[in-house]
Amino acid sequence: MIDEVAAAAMILIGVFLFASGTLGLIRLPDFYCRMHATGKCDTLGALFALLGLAVYNGWNLVSLKIVFIVAFIFIANPTATHAIGRAALLNRVRPWMKEGGPAEHGAPNRGREK
Amino acid sequence: MVDFFLWMSIALGIMILICLHRGIRGPGFLNRIVAVNVIGTKIVIVLAFMGFIYNRIELFVDICVVYALLNFIGTLAAAKYLERKGTL
Repeated sequence: MIDEVAAAAMILIGVFLFASGTLGLIRLPDFYCRMHATGKCDTLGALFALLGLAVYNGWNLVSLKIVFIVAFIFIANPTATHAIGRAALLNRVRPWMKEGGPAEHGAPNRGREK
Repeated sequence: MVDFFLWMSIALGIMILICLHRGIRGPGFLNRIVAVNVIGTKIVIVLAFMGFIYNRIELFVDICVVYALLNFIGTLAAAKYLERKGTL
């Protein structure tokens, strides 16, 4: 009984984090802002949802595989997000600026070979 | 508990449809790559839920492993290609 309650609570937290990441992907104004929302919310949402499933399943080989998936997502998802952000920065995608803000100051101006 | 997994899967499916809107209409290739990455992560969770719904989790968990690997490889390949070429 207590296992099911804990598993349901963790899965609900994970689905809430997925919902907030989706909201950020839809509503935020810029590519970097969208990546900022999804990169963290998806990683932590996958952690909570899969660990909830592992708690519900109990101690066996399947739970070990689920924990392995969690560890892999925890390494791979920030790496993929960083690679996409680096590709955008090297292709000189301008970040979104507020009106009247420092327009030239934060713009990426790196060469392609560096 | 199976009903709970089913409702959570339906909620994740609705979120996947919302992300697909960004994947179709998002300006530029980078937004589309981010949307595909997000959809892949959600699909892994939905596959784990489906394993518990069908009571075949020892089969579906291997599909989850393969899907997570392919999602990472695909996103990384697209990002590295964009970094080299500038456009698709």
